[in-house]
Amino acid sequence: MHGRVKVKTTAQQEEEKRKEREKKLKIYVAARDACFSKRKEGVFDDEALHLTQQLLSSNPDFATLWNYRREILMHLESIRDPDEMQKIYEAELSFLEACLKVNPKSYGSWHHRGWVSARLPRPNWTRELSLCDRCLSLDDRNFHCWDYRRMVVKVSGVPADQELEFTDRLIGSNFSNYSSWHYRSTLLPGLHPQAPEACQPPGASSPRGPQSHRVCEEQLLKEYELVQNAFFTDPNDQSAWFYYRWLLGRAEREEMISCVYVSREDERVAVAFSRPVNAKSVGLLLVLDGQPLRVDWTSVHPRFRHSPVWICDLPPGTINDVTNEHNLTVHWTGNHAHRDCALYTGRTESWCRDTATDQELFRSELSVEKTSVLQSELQSVKQLQELEPLNKWCLLTIILLMRALDPLGYEKETLTYFQTLKEVDSMRSEYYSDLCSKFMIENTILKMEYAEVRVFSICDRSLTSLCHLDQLLLVTHINLSSNQLQRLPPQFAMLQCLEVLEADNNFLENLEGVYHLPRLQEVSLKNNKISTLTDLQPLASCPQLKRLDLRGNPVTQAASVESGLAELLPSVTDLLL
Amino acid sequence: MAAEDLPSEFDVVILGTGLTESVVAAACSRVGQKVLHLDRRSYYAANWASFTFNALLTWIQEQQEGPQPEQVPDWSSLLEEGEELIHLSNPDLDSITNIQVFSYASEEEEEVPDTTKEEASAEGPLEAESADSREEESAEAEEESAEAEEGSAEAEEESAEAEEGSAEAEEGSAEAQEGSAEGQEKEQAINLKGEEPEEDQSHPVSTSGQSELTRKKISYAQLVKEGRRFNIDLVSKLLFSRGSLVDLLIRSNVSRYTEFKNVTRILTYRHGNLQQVPCSRADVFASRQLSVVEKRKLMRFLTSCVEETETDQAYSNHPYLKFLQDQQLGDNLQHFLLHSIAMVTEDTPTEAGLAATRHFLRSLGRYGNSPFLFPVYGLGEIPQCFCRMSAVFGGIYCLRHSVSCLILDKDANRCKAVIDSRGQRISCSHFVVEDGYLGSKRTVTTPTRLLSRAVLITDSSVLSSDSEQQVSMVTIPPGEACQSAVKMVELCSSTMTCMPGTYLVHLTCQSVSSAFHDLSGLVTRMFHTPESQEPGGRPAVLWSLYFNMVDGSVPRVEGQGLPSNVHVCSGPEGSLDHEHNIKQVRF
Repeated sequence: MHGRVKVKTTAQQEEEKRKEREKKLKIYVAARDACFSKRKEGVFDDEALHLTQQLLSSNPDFATLWNYRREILMHLESIRDPDEMQKIYEAELSFLEACLKVNPKSYGSWHHRGWVSARLPRPNWTRELSLCDRCLSLDDRNFHCWDYRRMVVKVSGVPADQELEFTDRLIGSNFSNYSSWHYRSTLLPGLHPQAPEACQPPGASSPRGPQSHRVCEEQLLKEYELVQNAFFTDPNDQSAWFYYRWLLGRAEREEMISCVYVSREDERVAVAFSRPVNAKSVGLLLVLDGQPLRVDWTSVHPRFRHSPVWICDLPPGTINDVTNEHNLTVHWTGNHAHRDCALYTGRTESWCRDTATDQELFRSELSVEKTSVLQSELQSVKQLQELEPLNKWCLLTIILLMRALDPLGYEKETLTYFQTLKEVDSMRSEYYSDLCSKFMIENTILKMEYAEVRVFSICDRSLTSLCHLDQLLLVTHINLSSNQLQRLPPQFAMLQCLEVLEADNNFLENLEGVYHLPRLQEVSLKNNKISTLTDLQPLASCPQLKRLDLRGNPVTQAASVESGLAELLPSVTDLLL
Repeated sequence: MAAEDLPSEFDVVILGTGLTESVVAAACSRVGQKVLHLDRRSYYAANWASFTFNALLTWIQEQQEGPQPEQVPDWSSLLEEGEELIHLSNPDLDSITNIQVFSYASEEEEEVPDTTKEEASAEGPLEAESADSREEESAEAEEESAEAEEGSAEAEEESAEAEEGSAEAEEGSAEAQEGSAEGQEKEQAINLKGEEPEEDQSHPVSTSGQSELTRKKISYAQLVKEGRRFNIDLVSKLLFSRGSLVDLLIRSNVSRYTEFKNVTRILTYRHGNLQQVPCSRADVFASRQLSVVEKRKLMRFLTSCVEETETDQAYSNHPYLKFLQDQQLGDNLQHFLLHSIAMVTEDTPTEAGLAATRHFLRSLGRYGNSPFLFPVYGLGEIPQCFCRMSAVFGGIYCLRHSVSCLILDKDANRCKAVIDSRGQRISCSHFVVEDGYLGSKRTVTTPTRLLSRAVLITDSSVLSSDSEQQVSMVTIPPGEACQSAVKMVELCSSTMTCMPGTYLVHLTCQSVSSAFHDLSGLVTRMFHTPESQEPGGRPAVLWSLYFNMVDGSVPRVEGQGLPSNVHVCSGPEGSLDHEHNIKQVRF
């Protein structure tokens, strides 16, 4: 623009600026040192308050000074009456407002504000809320402010429905806001909880807690609509998709004993929980025929302190007589759960459990209405996918919806969608492979449960990882051939009943999980990547191992492999190299 | 006014204080030219002016009376050799026509012999007399308005520090004077300079008083009494947030003199219903009328059309509507895009349509959720702001002061000097003039196009919502209720253009016949007037004004542009008057 005066940036001016800065720095350093020495001497006077205020208003991120200030204020509290303190604290709040203007994302300022607000004799929460609203209107992603606001809301007891309206408003003005969506997810279960009878799955033996962290269907439908508007408007915005995923998700499972297994022959008891626990820190009690029994619980692998499966060896001779009948009860003091298991005459083993289908492990039993809603959700997301064929969130959501509806029925389609997904978002192809593996394993577990067998076979499914192994406690035969597995993880040791392991044509080089499997007799590892004898070390802990097939592994090329193996695995009689 | 002589030499003499002239004045003063800025009228901004209700009534009267025939004295005695006189005509001979006023607000008891209302409602359109007769009756109000008019004119003159050409008017004092002259609160406006739209939650006017007023019927006397609360624009326009005018306001720093509000919503009239046009991401998200698939399609279209693609070029010879149809956008979306976002007609070529759409989208989100800004206190503020800038940098201002003829150097074919209405010869190297002063003698070449305007004062918004303080831009496509596309702007009281409890509605379209013919049908359909069949909860019209105005988009004289039919404000480029547009480049 013509006529605008040009600002000179000569070296002289630079010099002036530099000097000014130096002067400022000197003052700052002097004030800082004064503060430090005062603190050292334990002086808590008004002058110190004043000094720290000066320093903090130019640098609100000086945590030590905030601490000193708090010390002074606490000291003042002990000598002044509440009315005076009210004034001091109110001045403090307006000072903090100035600091927040300098840096609206200063940890120190926000924390101090929280501290002051909590100590204020007569707090004015409405003002604090409006301050937060003002900050959030300037930057709706200021998480410091969000944090502080949560504190204010909690202390002042703002009703949840008002807060839900607040999130409505924020989402309305800009829906790409994780904080708002997340806040919704914390408010909704309290405001519109799932009806108690609905969260009780049919046939569940153990009652669930009062809080299921889920939302009633009616509200859920409204939320689906809201979030659908968001992702149709901007399918590349992640926040809405994440929220949608939460809506489709399921409650975290209650901690409970899902299975008790007892083996007469091994004189061993295995207990499976619905989620990892530490049975060493919280009591797990075994009662045999009415008598408490002192046993030593161990997790299946020394690497786990928390594990869903715990085992103990019974004192020799307690249950080994086939003609005796025994009743076991396992008490879990963590949530006062217990489970009985009877070992009848003539039986070598016994178990008592909820199946994966009973537990609705991988999907909820859906009401008719919800099924139809999810069906229409699936239709509309598919519609979106037609418009945006390369949107990864859309593809992923289709998969999730299909799983929620009918994991087995949609298995084939799911696989094709995964294929597209890996192509579209190649950066995350490994993640999708693992997720796909997880879904395949879930499906196979379901199939196994329906067939009521103890054989788990999942061949040629491009598995890249193993999961849900705690569900396979009772499996005797497992076939993992022709996948892309690189290791049998420590969790594999949960397969306490395993007798035959087939894992041909994988990329296995690590057998860590084949550890203390008391029944394991046959292991077939043809065409894998096992290259040294040390890789086979874990097998030595399996006492019953008779047959080992290592054909097509690099290790077979090594010198003196046979003698080495004979030494490592003396029990193996049938070795194929 | 003391008839002291003006300095007799200036670099630039500018006649007319419309937007274009004022921008030129500001630019010239800013680079150190000596500027004399004159206007024959007693108010600033010519046909861009904003009036209080009372001042508007006076203006209407003046327009209806027509200009007094002036005797042009013979100035040839002031001529030197080789010079020639060109007489300028009186302005406004034809720029405003077909004024019609209707008042539907109830008169108060004491103002008894109430013929106006009966006349208006009984006989419908009444030429001119209706306004006159009413004005006679409400003599009291008339007086008051005249007073106010004078007062405001004085204040304006003072603030510009025009009289003695004292150039040292400080910005601060100018601003302070503006504040005191307007004497109203301003907290709520958006300050353009800050580039930070404030939230619209705050209500500057006491809500209690406002709701009281809406409950009561507002009488005509109240309108007159609160007349100073109104700032009624002759031209109804909005500013594109990324338009050239906003750009200029920022670059020239004129923006500091005024404040703006974002238009809060964009509406469209379709099948007899008003709908909100979703144009921003948040709007699309919140819209209840669009299906999710439509939302996706709309968003996709809006994001994709920001960049030019090959498909766009393939349509370069087809209308925009065809392009939209081929994008598989539904009827709804086509309507929104064509009429409300691009604001073009069905046969506009694709290129132009896309350009308009892009312009709209670029402006979106700069200051808020819509692409338009409206100056608080009305559009008349903007030319005045430029004038103030010019005055601050030494420009001399005289209102009620005109130029009666130019002195032409015959050999160079240049204007050497002007003779003002008091017979003083003032030499200048450039002369800028509003086209109205050139009279009809030079306009024969092009047929004049007219705009039809209507100004309504209503008691409620056309589309009620949670907030009473909405600034709405409404597009009414051609054929809905009138032949040409109508742009309607509804202003709420927080824009400081109308009294609390009322809304100021501006309608603008290309004239087909008189303003009343063009627009009254639409008004009766959208609002409640005594002519409407059923009330049906529509806002009631308290007072209305119809008039036609010359459309400045068609140059009456070469190279000039004045009020155009669209609300895109033309900046100085291409809108400079007369032959001096070349010279502006030099400045």
